[in-house]
Amino acid sequence: MTSTTTHTAADKTADNIITFNKVNKWYGNNFHVLRDIDLQVKRGEKIVVCGPSGSGKSTLIRCINRLEEHQEGDLIVDGITLDDVVKAIDQVRQNVGMVFQQFNLFPHLTVLENLTLSPMWVGKIPKKEAEERAMKQLERVRIAEQAHKYPLQLSGGQQQRVAIARALCLTPKIMLFDEPTSALDPEMVSEVLDVMIELAKQGITMICVTHEMGFAKAVADRVIFMDQGQIVEQNTPDAFFNNPQHERSKDFLSKILGH
Amino acid sequence: MAYTQSSIEPRPAPVRTDGIVPWLRNNLFGDIPTTIATVLLGGVLLWILPQLIDWAILRATTVTNAEACRATGVGACWGAVVEKHRLILFGRYPFDQQWRPLLATLLMVAMLVNSCIRTFWRPWLAAMWVVGLGVFFMLMYGNVLGLMKVETDRWGGFPLTLLLSTLSIGMAFPIALMVALGRTSKLPAIRAFCTVYVELIRGVPLISVLFMASFMLPLFMPQGWSIDVLIRVLVGMTLFSAAYMAEVMRGGLQAIPKGQVEAAATLGLGYWQTQRKIVLPQALAMVVPSLMNNFIATFIDTSLVTIVSLYELMGAHGLAFNSDADWRPYKIEGYIFIALIYFGFCFAMSRYSMWVEKQANKGRVR
Repeated sequence: MTSTTTHTAADKTADNIITFNKVNKWYGNNFHVLRDIDLQVKRGEKIVVCGPSGSGKSTLIRCINRLEEHQEGDLIVDGITLDDVVKAIDQVRQNVGMVFQQFNLFPHLTVLENLTLSPMWVGKIPKKEAEERAMKQLERVRIAEQAHKYPLQLSGGQQQRVAIARALCLTPKIMLFDEPTSALDPEMVSEVLDVMIELAKQGITMICVTHEMGFAKAVADRVIFMDQGQIVEQNTPDAFFNNPQHERSKDFLSKILGH
Repeated sequence: MAYTQSSIEPRPAPVRTDGIVPWLRNNLFGDIPTTIATVLLGGVLLWILPQLIDWAILRATTVTNAEACRATGVGACWGAVVEKHRLILFGRYPFDQQWRPLLATLLMVAMLVNSCIRTFWRPWLAAMWVVGLGVFFMLMYGNVLGLMKVETDRWGGFPLTLLLSTLSIGMAFPIALMVALGRTSKLPAIRAFCTVYVELIRGVPLISVLFMASFMLPLFMPQGWSIDVLIRVLVGMTLFSAAYMAEVMRGGLQAIPKGQVEAAATLGLGYWQTQRKIVLPQALAMVVPSLMNNFIATFIDTSLVTIVSLYELMGAHGLAFNSDADWRPYKIEGYIFIALIYFGFCFAMSRYSMWVEKQANKGRVR
């Protein structure tokens, strides 16, 4: 990585916080999971990614914080080109928060400890200050009273809200959500979506893999539909849901809205 | 079809589940096979226990006179233990100096007990061990402060058992951690090295490791060089138990979901931070019972060092009885004595492991 290429890339995409440039990825030798992905995400933009399982949605967002590495093309996040340079990966991860389908809270730590771990050990912030900040984030997701419980003592919806608060403790510029409500009981979906909608209103960049159409309509600036590793259609939520253009999108929507 | 129900208040269960009678019913006479087993085992106990009590207590003698023990109708001859206890406990250590190993043993036990208590898990605990072990060696070896020098080949009995097991478990633990992490490493060279180490050690019995450490190693040493046999045996035992411990830990490491490591990565934690804060606390908590199994096995296995002429508890028992024709018939009483010592320590370890397990799994209790 030379500084000039980073610089021009950053210039060209001044108001784009994420740029995918012909990104390709394979699992093993034959499974071409991302194919020629071109995508620009503006600062503050909310994007919903949907598509059938195995279409590469999760892989796409996991490339953004380098949980997966791509093999071809350029991926620039907040002016930093993602390649094998460890420092660049660390820098990107400081700015990108992630929420997983399975919450991935640390079960041996209390809720509060889950939140203060990274600020204390990576950010080198004193314990007291880290705890104050953590409590603020817990209030933001309306779960402050559970701070001293262990994650497995909470309901799924509460755990996912803790996971969101944990990601927010890094004060990220970008939040990635990987099917955040798919593992939840139906009654708990809305408490998580409410928190996400509130977050969206506060201007953070959000990329969310989800099939929650209500959420997409409420907050998304753009819906991206993926199939077999490609972005086959992008549009505003209204246009996408009411008037899908591509054969695959029509088929997909008819299946999820069929009942 | 339409139907609504007003709320039903909770009421107590019709059959009580606590108290002695329900316990007996559930545990001893639950169904026909259980009842048969209870009656049979109860019968065996009723048959054996009186005889045991009769032999071990009622007809027993504590007179330190082998002639008296040989009289007809005498049961257990605890006099044998009374007569030989110093030889069993301290082996060939010079008789008039045996207050030194006694003091050293008490010191070591005190340090072990201290280390088990949560409020003492502070940095000074490490300092205490360094100083404590220093004092232990000073007491045992002497040659300072006017203490007579006692070579390590005369150390024996319980202090030796305690020293070998404490040090080999204490040193094997960190080695095992590194080997377990190495075997799950992404770097092929490290992984291969750790795998070869574990497979090599597991491929040979502890006895041959001890033989190699004490008889073969000196053959490869340059002329004039020699390492104390105690240290060689200690290294052998440490490397041996580390290999087994590493495999137990690897089992725990593999049980940690990948999502935990990914979540740590997204939070910016590096490899060592992730291992220390996320992976190891959970992995080790999962394998507490098998780890304790390992510790106990290592403690018991110290009895094998007798074959390379280090007379720990078991070896000292042999010293005490095998060469003494008068008392040899009563070595069984000696075995019971050392069995009680071994059992006391192993039972304490297993109880402690239950407590650790409970502490470590606090987050999993709903």
